[in-house]
This record gives sequence, C-alpha cells and structure tokens, in this order.
Amino acid sequence: METFFQQMINGLSLGSIYALIALGYTMVYGIIKLINFAHGDIYMVGAFIGYTMIHSFGMGFFPALLTAMALSALLGVLIERIAYKPLRHATRIAVLITAIGVSYLLQNGMLYFYGAEVRSFPQVVDNTLFEVAGLQVSRIQLLIFATTLVLMVLLQFIVQKTKMGKAMRAVSTDSSAAQLMGINVDNVISFTFFLGSALAGAAGVLVGLYYNTIDPMMGVAPGLKAFVAAVLGGIGFIPGAVLGGFTIGIVETLVSAYGNSMIRDAVVYGILILILIIRPAGILGKHVKEKV
Amino acid sequence: MSLLEVKKLTKNFGGLSAISNVHLELKENELVGLIGPNGAGKTTLFNLLTGVYQPTEGSIEIETNGQRESVIGKKTYTITDMGFGRTFQNIRLFKNLTVLDNVLIAMHSKSKVGTLKSVLRLPSYYASESKMKKEAIELLKIFSLENKVDELAKNLPYGEQRRLEIVRALATKPKVLFLDEPAAGMNPQETADLTALIRQIQKDFKITILLIEHDMSLVMNVCERIYVLEYGRMIAHGTPEEIKGNKQVIKAYLGGE
Amino acid sequence: MKLINKTTIGWLVVAIAGFLVLQLAVTTGIISAYYEITLVTILINIILAVGLNLIIGFSGQFSLGHAGFMAIGAYTAGIITKYFPTYTGLFLGILAGVILTSIVALIVGIPTLRLKGDYLAIATLGVAEIIRIVIVNMQSVTNGAAGLSGIPYLSKWPLIYVFTVLTILLVANYTQSSPGRATIAIREDEIAAESMGVNTTKYKTIAFILGAATAAIGGALHASYFSVIRPGDFTFNKSVDVLIIVVFGGIGSITGSVVAAILLGFLNVFLQPFGALRMIIYALALIGIMIFKPSGLLGNKEFTVSGLLRLFNRKSAQGEG
Repeated sequence: METFFQQMINGLSLGSIYALIALGYTMVYGIIKLINFAHGDIYMVGAFIGYTMIHSFGMGFFPALLTAMALSALLGVLIERIAYKPLRHATRIAVLITAIGVSYLLQNGMLYFYGAEVRSFPQVVDNTLFEVAGLQVSRIQLLIFATTLVLMVLLQFIVQKTKMGKAMRAVSTDSSAAQLMGINVDNVISFTFFLGSALAGAAGVLVGLYYNTIDPMMGVAPGLKAFVAAVLGGIGFIPGAVLGGFTIGIVETLVSAYGNSMIRDAVVYGILILILIIRPAGILGKHVKEKV
Repeated sequence: MSLLEVKKLTKNFGGLSAISNVHLELKENELVGLIGPNGAGKTTLFNLLTGVYQPTEGSIEIETNGQRESVIGKKTYTITDMGFGRTFQNIRLFKNLTVLDNVLIAMHSKSKVGTLKSVLRLPSYYASESKMKKEAIELLKIFSLENKVDELAKNLPYGEQRRLEIVRALATKPKVLFLDEPAAGMNPQETADLTALIRQIQKDFKITILLIEHDMSLVMNVCERIYVLEYGRMIAHGTPEEIKGNKQVIKAYLGGE
Repeated sequence: MKLINKTTIGWLVVAIAGFLVLQLAVTTGIISAYYEITLVTILINIILAVGLNLIIGFSGQFSLGHAGFMAIGAYTAGIITKYFPTYTGLFLGILAGVILTSIVALIVGIPTLRLKGDYLAIATLGVAEIIRIVIVNMQSVTNGAAGLSGIPYLSKWPLIYVFTVLTILLVANYTQSSPGRATIAIREDEIAAESMGVNTTKYKTIAFILGAATAAIGGALHASYFSVIRPGDFTFNKSVDVLIIVVFGGIGSITGSVVAAILLGFLNVFLQPFGALRMIIYALALIGIMIFKPSGLLGNKEFTVSGLLRLFNRKSAQGEG
C-alpha cells in the first residue's frame, strides 16, 4: 500500500506536467479548433530557455521560470500571428499541417543551434527528500505541485474573472457572434496562445528540473500525451485538461511500477480509445448533437 | 390500409417536450399537410419519423409487405430503404457534387451495386451504371433539371436547389415522401409552380406525401387532409375546410383569445 | 458505356510511358543506384498517400494511423518472405499482410468510425501507437525494437511500379463508382447521405479498410525493398509524412497525391546537400506552401487526360491561328 501511495505522488508530479501542457492544447482547441501540434515543442523551447537562463546567466529557479514563461508566451503569439493567422479561413487540416511544419521548424531549429545531444539541466534547487507518514516527497516534487497549483488558480482567475477571460469564453462558444458583439477575436486568439504557451514554458522548466535532462526532441512524446490528456478529459474544456493530465500521469506511473513499462504507452492509448468509444466527447466534455 | 401509424409519440429534450402525445396516420396514395406556427415541432416530428431522433415514448409503425413493423431503433438509412424519403428545410444537398451525382447517390442503396464489382469493373457494372444514369436523367427531366446534370449543386439557383432536393428524395423510390417546407424562400409564382408539381408527382408516382408548410394557401390548395401542430401537440386534424373553420387553429395562428 | 474508352486508354498510355521512361533512365544510369532509392520511396509514398486520401479525402474521415497499418503489412510480408524467400513467398506475404491489416482495420473501424473529426484522428493515432508497441513487445516474432533485418530483396522497382499503378487503379475505380459516390456523400453531408439510404457505417468502414489495405501493400513493398524494418520506421511521424503528401496534393484528388509525392520526393533530393539545414528548409517550405496554397496543389480536382488533351488542342489551335 505504501508503494501505491508513493507511486501516486510520483504520478501526480508527472500528471502536473501533462496538465500544464494539456491546458494550452485545450484552450487553443476551444478557440480555433486547431490541434496545435507545435505545442509540445514550445514546452521544449521553454525548457531550453530555462536551461540557458540558469546555465549561462546564472539565474535562480524563479527568475528562470518566469523568463521561460514570458519568452515562451511571446514565441507562441509570434507563431500564431505569422503561421496560423493567415489561415483563419482555410480548412482546419491545412492549419494542422502548418502546425506540424512549425513543430518541425522548432525541433530542427533547436537541433541546429544546440545539437542533438542530451544536456543535463543545472540543479538549482537542492533535491532534499522529505519523509511524511512513511512517504517520500522531494523538494522538486513539492515545487512542481506548488507551481502547478498557483498557475492553475491564476488561469482559473483570468478565465473566469477578467474581461479577457470572458472574451475568451465568448469566442470559444461562438466566434462570429463574439465578433458581432465587438470583441476583437484576433486579440483573444493571440491572448489564448500567450497563456497556453506560458504554461507550456513553465512545464518545460519543471521537467528539466525533475528529470534532469533536456534535448530538442523532448517535446514530441509529452506533447502527444498531453493532447491525449486533453481529449480524454474533454477537449476545449479547461477542467478536463487538468483531469486528463493527472489521469495519464498516474496511469503511466502505476503501469510502470506494477506492470511492464514497455506497454505503458499502449495502456494510455487503450484507455483513451475506450473512453472515446464510451463517451465520444471525453470524460467532462459535452456531446453536441448536430441540428437537422 | 395505413402505410404509417404514429401513436402517442412524445419526444423530450431535457425537460422540454418538443412533441407530446401525437397521433398521425398516413394512408396509401394521399397528400397530407402538416402545419403549425414556428417552433411547433414539425421538423422534430419529421426527424422522429425518419429515425434521426429517437422518441422518448410512443410508437411509429409502418406497413411493409403486408406486415406491421416498428421503425423505432432503426437507422435512418434503413427507414429510407423501407420507402420513406425526405427533403430538408435547410437544403442539405451534396453541394460540391454534380446534380447527376446527387441523384445517383440517392439511387445507390436500391441499385445493389457491390464494391467488388465496382472495383474490378465487371461488365455488369457498366450495365447497371448506365441504367442508373438513364433513370436519374428521366427524373431530372420531370423537374426541368436535365440540362443541369453536370453543374455542381451549389451553383444552382435557390429554387432549383429546392427542386433538386425533391428529385433526390424521389430517387430513393419512396412510398411515402416527407417534404419539409419545399416552398420556403420562394416567390408566389415559384410557389404556385411547385404546388402544381407536387400534386402531379403525387399522382404520377402514386405515392403518399406528407408536406410541412408555412404557406397556408399552398397546403389548403393541395392537401386532402391537414394536421395542425402547436407547441408539440396535435391541436386539430381534418379536411382543409374543417381546418379553416377550426377556432383553435385560428387562435394558434393569429394569437389572441 | 464501353469497357475501353478514351480515358482508360489515355491513362494506360501514361502508365506505360512512365514505365518506359523510368526503365530508360535506369539502364542509361541517369537514375543511379542512389536515386533508385528515391524512385522507390516516391512510388511507395504514392501508394500510401492514395490510400490515405481515400479515407480522408473521399470518405471524409480523419485518420492519423496510417503508419500502423503500414507496419502490419511490412512485418507480415517481412516475416513470411524470410521463411519463403521466393516471389511466391512475397506475394503470399503481401496477401497475408493485406488480409491481416483489413481484419485489424475492421475491428478498429467499427467502434471508432462513429467518432467525428479530431476524435477519430486521435483514436486512430492511438491505434497506430498500440500496433507499434505490440510489435516492439512481440520479441520472438518481430525481434522487438531492434527490428527485422535480412528480409530478402525481392521487390525490385518495376514490381513496385506495377503495384503503384494497381493501387491507383483500385482507388480510382472505387471512387468513381456507385459505392464510391455513396462514400463521397458521407464526406459532403453525413445526415443527408443517411437520409438518402446510404449505410454510412458500412461505406466509412469499406473506405477505411481499403485505405488500410493499400497501406499494408506499401509497407510490404517497403520491407521487401529495404530489407530492414524497425518499429521506429512506423511512428506517428510516418503517418504525418503521408498526411502531408495528401494535403499538399489536395484532399480528395488522387492525381494530386501522385504529383505531391513526386514533388516532395524531388524536394528531398534537392535539399540533401544542405545537411543540417535540410529539415529547417523543409519545415519553412511546408509552412509557406500551406499559407499560400492551403487547398493543396489541385484542390479536390483531378488532373485528367481529357483535360490535358483539351489543353493541347487549344495550344495547337492557337499555333495554327
């Protein structure tokens, strides 16, 4: 039983990271119905920014985290304005291919400038282990929980209480109606990319710290998993992304601990397919029937 | 003998009752109207009859080969196959396909052309293909669309799109045809032409037509019987004369006491 | 309706002429051994893209799992030809791969094809990943992550060419037939299609299985040409590569897929000397193409022989006039 709770803690740490990335996926999808395949690479770039800030500029953890979030957010907005905005009226699949192009560009750009080798992330936080009721929690894990919690509360506040958040919800419900009500849809879309990318950047730094290593291809698998998490929870739906992220983090950790880590991903995808068959709109998503 | 019998049909969306306790009967070879104010549940009733929605309560039975059969739980395409064709209020043509293809698609399920035969292009494939095309063009002729076979459906003028919807529904070889506001958006002249056309196809094809219409004059002119729906309830049923004099109907349409 | 008409003769001429030109280029050494790999890659990509286009472009179902079906075809044919290193073995392997893939596609398709759009995409992506993980874990049969090597080199390029032509013919015949029209109707408007008596589940599944079967053919030929296959060859990225060809050529255009596979093959050769910059240029090109031509090269139109003839007639008429 103790191992189980221990694994739950590890699972929640991993799940926090997935949840942070999944939030960006889900918000962007909610607003422009785009599976932003470049999102996982923003997370990778975030990790590299954190690395550079700490390694080359001698920053501490929090300044590096905030810089990574800010620069990732700017990168997200820049990508949206240059690559996605001209395709506002194109088919969704064309935008999807563009997103894949952006993903390739970020990966190969980083490969070009930083090389393919795996770098070790400077350990700016000493990783003391705390023992609570026989369970071990590391300082980094606590940091991950705290950061994730703060960011989610902040996000919830922005989306629910601010004017921009209200506009975001309006655009995701009906973008043309929102436009008619005088909302500047383009700004709302950019702001959504800004928020989502900032969260992904934060996740990148946290992962660097947690797993100690970063490389230009590190965004591919977690990006895909985070997307799965978003769909699992109900894409376009913020609480769904969090629920999906934690579910996948915990499932992965438990399968690795009790079963065979080789089939870990297969279990994740298996659960995804089952959920989709039973509840096509995800766990928390609402199924909208087409009007005839 | 009745072709279609609806009893105690109810459909709730959440707590809202879109259709409640509706009875309806269609006999062979008749032209029946279904009228009612906006939001009365006319299209919902069509969607229930064609299997797009499933009812909350009640029964829908049809007559096939002298047997009574319930359509509840059946898929829309099975119901179409059993002889119930329809048009849509908000035109749903296959916009990017040609006029001819629109009609050919509707003929597909009855044509029994298999996938293997099509892929291997057996000689019989060409035979059935040319037979289908001939039939399709015959149908299009009735609606004066034979010169537009190669046009994309989306490029047709509005009135012709409405007519193509009817051709497409007829191509499924229905025994009962549900027409959902076929004259919506048409001018009086077009409406008059369409009225004549509907009466003519009902006679020529010897089918039963259930016509939803907003335009009272059209319904009063062509229908033998009329059902009146209001707030999901069937408030009246009878000949055009009876409906004209029905107080409840007048109230429903004109409001007031 | 005649069995042999202008169009069929036209395409036959194109197919044979294409073969003769390639044959000439190979014998004279214009296509060196190195470029032959490019040729074969293009041909296999055509098979894969035309099959995926049937699913995405014609039935309107968004699949991201093409690499999974390709993997089943590759491994089945690879394992069988290792036991029977003859042409009979190869054809048996391709056939077995197609059958096995079709069965998997049927099992996967029936529950998942009810899903719409992106949900189907992510479900098929999941299926492909599961297929790959199963292959990795079937150590005794597939040699796991290290992959299968020493597969007899049986599919020389002319054989692959023949299969490419047959695949195009299969998909073209299907899409231009009554069941094909029913399938296209689903893409156009699923509810209207169903109301016109089209069994939408059936035709979605048929298109899905046909597309998966062609992916298996592509995979089998890939295994037999390159002699080495690894689970890593069939990741999500492979599905994306095929998707890019389909979208670049035009969703719903078979000839578009063919042209796009050829152009992207050339682009790849052209970018080889750029080394590390190659993928950066490729990514930029991809983004640029999508921004400037989001509907793909041919949109949903087909490049036709009669269209070509019309073009020539017009030109010669102008020349005379």
